[in-house]
Amino acid sequence: MPSRKAPSRRSRDSVRQLVDDLLAGDKRAAAKLISLIEDDEPEAMEALARIHPHTGRAHIVGFTGPPGVGKSSLINRLVRTYRTQGKKVGVVAVDPTSPYTGGAVLGDRIRMADTGVDAGVFIRSMATRGHAGGLALATFDAVRVLDALGMDVVFVETVGAGQSEVEIATRAHTTVVVEMPMTGDAVQTMKAGILEIGDVYVVNKVDLGNEDVLIANLKFQLEPRDGWTPPVVRTAATEGRGIDDLAEVLETHRAFLDSSGVLQRREVARARLEILENVQRQLSQQVRGLSRLGTTFERLAREVVERRIDPHTAAQRLFARTTSRRRPA
Amino acid sequence: MPRKIRVLIAKPGLDGHDRGAKVVARALRDAGMEVIYTGLRQSPEDIVEAAIQEDVDAIGLSCLSGAHMTLFPDVVKLLRKRRAGDIVVAGGGIIPEEDVPRLKRAGIKEVFGPGTPLRDIVAFFEKAGKGA
Amino acid sequence: MADSEERKKLERELRRWETTSLKDALEAHPERRKEFLTTSSRPVRRLYTPLDFSADFVERLGKPGEFPFTRGIHPTMYRGRLWTMRLFAGYGSAEDTNARFKYLISHGETGLSVAFDMPTLYGYDTDEPEAKGEFGTCGVAVSSLEDMETLFGGIDVGSVSTSMTINGPASVLWAMYLAMAESRRVAWPKLRGTIQNDILKEYQAQKEWIFPPEPSMRLVVDTFEFGSKHVPQWNTISISGYHIREAGATAAQELAFTLANGLEYVRWGIDRGLRVDDFAQRLSFFFNAHNDLFEELAKYRAARRIWARELRDTFGAKNPRSWLLRFHTQTAGVSLTAQQPEVNIVRTTIQALAAVLGGTQSLHTNAYDEAYQVPNEKAARIALRTQQILAHESGVANTVDPLGGSYYLEALTDELEEDAYRYFDRIQDLGGVIPAIRKGFFQQEIANSAYRYQREIEDKERIIVGVNDFVVDEQSEVEPLRVSDASLRAQLERLGRIRRARDRAKWQRALDRLRKGCEGDDNTMPLILDAVRACATLGEICDVMREAFGVWEEPLLY
Repeated sequence: MPSRKAPSRRSRDSVRQLVDDLLAGDKRAAAKLISLIEDDEPEAMEALARIHPHTGRAHIVGFTGPPGVGKSSLINRLVRTYRTQGKKVGVVAVDPTSPYTGGAVLGDRIRMADTGVDAGVFIRSMATRGHAGGLALATFDAVRVLDALGMDVVFVETVGAGQSEVEIATRAHTTVVVEMPMTGDAVQTMKAGILEIGDVYVVNKVDLGNEDVLIANLKFQLEPRDGWTPPVVRTAATEGRGIDDLAEVLETHRAFLDSSGVLQRREVARARLEILENVQRQLSQQVRGLSRLGTTFERLAREVVERRIDPHTAAQRLFARTTSRRRPA
Repeated sequence: MPRKIRVLIAKPGLDGHDRGAKVVARALRDAGMEVIYTGLRQSPEDIVEAAIQEDVDAIGLSCLSGAHMTLFPDVVKLLRKRRAGDIVVAGGGIIPEEDVPRLKRAGIKEVFGPGTPLRDIVAFFEKAGKGA
Repeated sequence: MADSEERKKLERELRRWETTSLKDALEAHPERRKEFLTTSSRPVRRLYTPLDFSADFVERLGKPGEFPFTRGIHPTMYRGRLWTMRLFAGYGSAEDTNARFKYLISHGETGLSVAFDMPTLYGYDTDEPEAKGEFGTCGVAVSSLEDMETLFGGIDVGSVSTSMTINGPASVLWAMYLAMAESRRVAWPKLRGTIQNDILKEYQAQKEWIFPPEPSMRLVVDTFEFGSKHVPQWNTISISGYHIREAGATAAQELAFTLANGLEYVRWGIDRGLRVDDFAQRLSFFFNAHNDLFEELAKYRAARRIWARELRDTFGAKNPRSWLLRFHTQTAGVSLTAQQPEVNIVRTTIQALAAVLGGTQSLHTNAYDEAYQVPNEKAARIALRTQQILAHESGVANTVDPLGGSYYLEALTDELEEDAYRYFDRIQDLGGVIPAIRKGFFQQEIANSAYRYQREIEDKERIIVGVNDFVVDEQSEVEPLRVSDASLRAQLERLGRIRRARDRAKWQRALDRLRKGCEGDDNTMPLILDAVRACATLGEICDVMREAFGVWEEPLLY
């Protein structure tokens, strides 16, 4: 499909060169590849194909939790701790795109200001660009780029709203759910399903006090899954407290994933999911791309509104139309 | 979907007057761009590193303390050293007209003095994003 | 309006006017706009009448010099003594600024006001990497006691009052001033002046913080304590709304946030164990004078009334001097335009008028070239003349609170007062000033107001003369002021020499004692003074405090 975009600064470099540079540790190449993928440039698929064999080394840790709970500050501190251990760290931080303007102010990087210049750190801010849930479509492909760049661990920070925890849990190796104690007397409720999704639970902002009830609640309700009982860690990110404990827990989980075979199982499940998603996406693109589709599509839509056909049957007909076009004449 | 323009808005040096930088960041967002605001007290190294990692089309520098003649050219120099000289750099703040030609010779593409309408600034970054 | 019969009569009259003369006029010629707004986007009605006075109008107004001080803090105000004409000045080296001080004094300024450069404001010496490119560009560089001595060379600090705009490292600069006075054998009880030292508004607006809120508040209260014992005529804080307004706040926000901060400082002083009457008299304020004359005027009067009530009734201060809100005013820097800069003289004049009508104790008027740079001599002189015209030619200083009783003004004063209390409630709900700072409440409110204001300008709902209307395409003829390389070199040499020449052992001991004191509970002022006397530089002292207290990282909002 020809690109409808004007030739951009970004696609001028050849993909192969970019990937070679990436594998040699070039950050600019990494940044450009991420943009290529984010923008869904025609070379994106080739880029991902070349990168994929070089991934699988990095420990991918996802952070989810409500806005304002301190994910960015926590990640900032963890980056520092990992750096003192000589590890290389990548961060992908996601912020929501405004549904009205299509723009976004990506504000997570600012909390990592003191770690950004370190050669062993790479931080990339991404906007959701209309993707529902707490991540961008390209988020985990961006993680792959950082994996291939040589990062030992990649932190992914979600927007914290919507279904971000589900997305994270199906793709990250370790999912960290961050909460904070509520002030006042109201009973603190947590999102349905949140207790089933995390590998590690962090109660942040314990400097504000009031955390005992929440922690007791969590410990009481969290159950072992696949042989791992999610621990609860107390932190006060802005004061740097509890960070070493958290880092240790993350390492322990990583070791557990390797030794227990759970990692392998999850990776296969993840691959299945991704393949299916890609099938959906590619199909959708094809269906939309057929030029004469416009009339069929519009006609079907009208028929649905006029109650002459239901939406599921309409989809079937559309699908039949498009696949029939692909049969050789 | 048309490509998103990515812009880094940065405050180099010690100057803490961020009213303008924040207003510009919002205006660019309202115009559909992705804006990374670095916050205060950024060194030229911080700014260039961020610009490279975020693969931005352009950088907007804001300084109201009079230190622009040193700090702005430093950013451009560092970008070129890191082979990222294609990233467009613009500046704004308290900058006497006399300094503008020198800043432009040092590689600052445009200087937006006090009172510049937001739409002019938005238009500039839109052009920069299209590779102009 | 006490009498309800009078009231009804007035209401009838008003209605009659509306349905006859007004109606005819509007039909013949509709008004220019649908809505008329103040600079803060507050709607202004067509007409104000005695009906807009509150029922206890007379009590709420009071007499000048008496609770609640709406009309002024002295019975005679400017008939007794004019406000202090105090121009903010500073650039380059201490020598450069010393010359400017003398120039201004020779032209009739009656108080000194020091502007420091960025590195000094943030507690860095000129030779530190953070200071690169920033020496003397927006104020004077003071890294050492020697710099402070040079800054005031040939000036009798025993007789002139000095205001220093310094916040994060205020204790250190104050210690340098005190040590300088000491070396000239001027007794501290004789010294008059102010240090801004208002750290809360830094987190909210100006961003010149170093340490986190709690240690910073400790440093501030240390100065209250030290000042009340040893430097009784010194204002150890200037609780500021100026910067909050410059950052984009409305008049109501400026009023509310400033007073909320002020009340917070009182609370911290009392928590330390000080009696409110022992330190409240030395709390001073600093407000902005923006474009809308009446709104600004109302703001100052509401401020005095609120403060008096809170100090007397909420904090139980007994001494009437503790109830006084004394303030310095600066005309709004943010209103100045780079286009047609001479026109800024007109803006500044109107703004200064508001401050004088509002009963300010001290006034700085901006120079017309400040949209570009630090003022040159001629521009600074005109700014001073502006005040002198108001004082000696305009007649507004001849009577106390000349606009008191204006229907519009009194209604607006009441409105602003109500707005302030609503904000107080919201801040309370968030847990108080410091929790609200952590949650980014003030910063977000300010950023929102700033954005709305800018949009109004973009949409031409708000006209800025010379910028979005009445535009002229002309080259600026303003001569920029440059900081010389020679000044920078001299400063660097001086620092090098100081570091080499001092008694190293004494210096080290003083810094060690300071560190221990910071980690403990001692009042830091005597320890900072000792470090200053041992020739420790500003950066060195602040580094010790940075280690002990940590560094603040702000929550991001835009």
